[in-house]
Amino acid sequence: MTKLLMSDLLRLITLQDSNTRMVLLGTGALGLAAGVIGALAVLRRRALVGDALAHAALPGVCVAFLVFRERSLPLFLLGALVFGVLGVLTMNAIRRFTRIKEDAAIAIVLGSFFGLGIALSGMIQRMPSGNRSGLDGFLFGKAAGMVQADVTLIAAASGLSLLGVAALYKEFKLVGFDRAFAGSLGWRVSLLDFILMSLLAIVTVVGLPAVGVVLMAALLIIPGVTARFWTDRLAPHLALAGLFGLLAGLFGSALSAVLPAPQSALSRGYPTGPLIVLVAGTLFAVSLFFAPRRGLLARWTTARALHRRIDDEHLLRDLYELHELRTPASINQLTTHRAWRSGPLRAAISRAQSLGFITHVDNTLALTPAGRDKSLRIIRSHRLWELYLHEHAGVAPDHVDRDADLIEHFITPELLAKFEAQLALGDGDALRTGALAGVPLSLHPPGTSTDEEPRR
Amino acid sequence: MNPIFTLPLVGDIFSYDLWVIATASLVGALCGVLGCYLLLRRLSMLGDAISHAILPGLAGAFLLSGSRELVWMLLGAGVVGVLTGVLTAGLHRVAKIAEDASMGVVFTTLFALGVLLISFAARNVDLDPGCVLYGLIELTPLDTVSLAGIELPRATAALGAAAIVVGVVFAALHKEIKLVAFDPALAAALGLRPTLVHIVMVALIAGVSVVSFESVGSILVVALLVTPAATAHLLTDRYTRLLILSTLIGAASGAGGYFLAKRLDTSTAGCVCIVGALFFLSAALCSPRHGVLSRLARQAALRLRIGREDILGMLYRAAELRDTGLSTQDLRQGVGASTAIALFGLRRSGLITMHADTWRLTEQGHAQARQFVGTHRLWESYLAARLGLPPDHVHAATHRAEHFIQAGVREKLAAELRAGQPSESPLTDPHGRAIPGP
Repeated sequence: MTKLLMSDLLRLITLQDSNTRMVLLGTGALGLAAGVIGALAVLRRRALVGDALAHAALPGVCVAFLVFRERSLPLFLLGALVFGVLGVLTMNAIRRFTRIKEDAAIAIVLGSFFGLGIALSGMIQRMPSGNRSGLDGFLFGKAAGMVQADVTLIAAASGLSLLGVAALYKEFKLVGFDRAFAGSLGWRVSLLDFILMSLLAIVTVVGLPAVGVVLMAALLIIPGVTARFWTDRLAPHLALAGLFGLLAGLFGSALSAVLPAPQSALSRGYPTGPLIVLVAGTLFAVSLFFAPRRGLLARWTTARALHRRIDDEHLLRDLYELHELRTPASINQLTTHRAWRSGPLRAAISRAQSLGFITHVDNTLALTPAGRDKSLRIIRSHRLWELYLHEHAGVAPDHVDRDADLIEHFITPELLAKFEAQLALGDGDALRTGALAGVPLSLHPPGTSTDEEPRR
Repeated sequence: MNPIFTLPLVGDIFSYDLWVIATASLVGALCGVLGCYLLLRRLSMLGDAISHAILPGLAGAFLLSGSRELVWMLLGAGVVGVLTGVLTAGLHRVAKIAEDASMGVVFTTLFALGVLLISFAARNVDLDPGCVLYGLIELTPLDTVSLAGIELPRATAALGAAAIVVGVVFAALHKEIKLVAFDPALAAALGLRPTLVHIVMVALIAGVSVVSFESVGSILVVALLVTPAATAHLLTDRYTRLLILSTLIGAASGAGGYFLAKRLDTSTAGCVCIVGALFFLSAALCSPRHGVLSRLARQAALRLRIGREDILGMLYRAAELRDTGLSTQDLRQGVGASTAIALFGLRRSGLITMHADTWRLTEQGHAQARQFVGTHRLWESYLAARLGLPPDHVHAATHRAEHFIQAGVREKLAAELRAGQPSESPLTDPHGRAIPGP
């Protein structure tokens, strides 16, 4: 079994099998083109147009058969393309001339055209000449049966659409990000949109026989969305989307060629289309979690680090404030001073201890000299911001605390210096300056103000 | 005579065809009601997403339970359907992916998983992909269950039960659903838990998709979840009427699709979509308020009225200044394309006559024109006197506004301008011409 798998793998890697080679070439080219075009469609907020297009193309295949009475792939694709473009035009017409919004317009075109396709294919089936005429192939796709002619067609269509994107890159970029501005430059925005949708239609239509209707939509959407996690610039975004599409096509086909057929399956091996999509889905999931900066993990760690820093700074400030009040700082005292949750508080204490900012002896917390320096910086941020709000924004003294509590962690040293200059804080200003140089007194000392409610 | 017209509609109420029609109409009505919510939330494609995404739910439930009982199918589809809704919303909110794109990622991946699961047990599962897509509504009456002594098609009974559930939920949560559909933020501010309502709706849609699946296939569900609601939306602006109309249109599409399919001898599911699309097309063209043709007709009527009023004004001024009439050519220069029709109408109403190739006002026409020109000059005077526009700037503005000044406003303008003037002296416009009284 394992040996069989290894030899399969070897044959695959060395591309000995001409059939596998065809399939890999075809799905790879398809994935590449679909990824790039789909990324543009996703940016234009038209992710699902590809899905509707793939469905809307079906009646075209039936009409082609009814008109030409011939089972030829190029004619089928031509019919599909015509109806795909017709579908796009119908969507635009519904959106433009009625009050129906984009999402409903897409769904209406999808349902109606596909329904027409099913009705037509039902009629074809009942005709003497013929059994569905290979229509089911268009619904579910048969990548494994790809031959040289199919691959040539896919490669040609992919090349054409990529050329189109390259030629109109600047235009698509501007229309994608700022439609109104593009219009004000005198560009025919609706024409550009139509060109993009036509390129989408071309790629979709050649992909239908390979991966089928729904999975074609997947190839258009998923790589584009995946690439968005890795970059904020359009050119790398498109390149990455193409790359992810290519990888999905190659690995999906390779998996389907290599995986042993399930015991009970009637067919040979797993179907290729779903595997391609699942590879694309896996790439998406990996990016979703692990992409730097935009990935969930990166965002979680950033958020966690920020929360920790805020906790640390709050702890030091609380200790300083208690010190000012000449109150011995215990854990209980801290929780009455601020609405600490016990977990984060203990974590913050142990972090501060290990950094040598505080000592914790007999349930009494005290600032070390280093901790005192650091806490002074924080309390200066807090009180300077409070003073600034009070003196320059006219906020009442008992309203400034919450605001300063939120902002104190983000005040840079440069900003602090500016505050000090603005507030003209000198050592001689006894009313505003506390015992420590540069640190103003609290605007709302506990016990003297109306601010008696527990602080959060 | 086509055989469909010989259908035994009266008498034998349990006839085979009637059950098919009833089933199709029930699907239409159910999807019609639920589609209104999707339409208003601008999530119409969620129907498409859910009806594809439940495939792994169906396959998974089958693999786990080994049975194709409806309960298991409902359970599997319900779970995966709600998962689709939650994942879509979650990706949108947490990963900041556009809503349609996150929908696209979720449902296509789940669908691929479903196809794979089916092929995993290809021999055991008789989940025919073709059946999933287009269903076999024509065969539903063959599979019956006995309910309280009455022999009912299984699909129809299941749909009936679903209709009761949907009806109860809509009756119980009428206010909540309405508010969440229109304004989730306001609903949240009022403490209504929009997410919960959304999940309930998504679960209902998933459930109805499953129940409808075996009879009509997934595509029909997709089409019926949006087309009737969109059609109804073109016909009314009120929520309750939207629900009722959408239900009726859905049911009518179901029944109409059946007849069309009989006629064309093809798939009922496909024809139901086509009939739904035809309903939508008719509404888009002919809806009294929002239809394209109605809008064009309203614009044409307005243009014609403006043309008529302009002709009256021109003839009045020509008579006033030079005591002459005007030729059709002269009028066309001032009025434009609608001149010929406007002239025809004015002449028929006896407001103008033609003498030696020039048009003149009749006595009746003169009275109307006097009123119209009076309004024009009143407005000019008002613009000049009260808003301080220079006299040579008031005409163009007035030429546009004059058609929309009603009698009440006209009287107020006259009273306003007359205030502070000796009542005998006639009012004059900024160009020094007398303003004719009413």
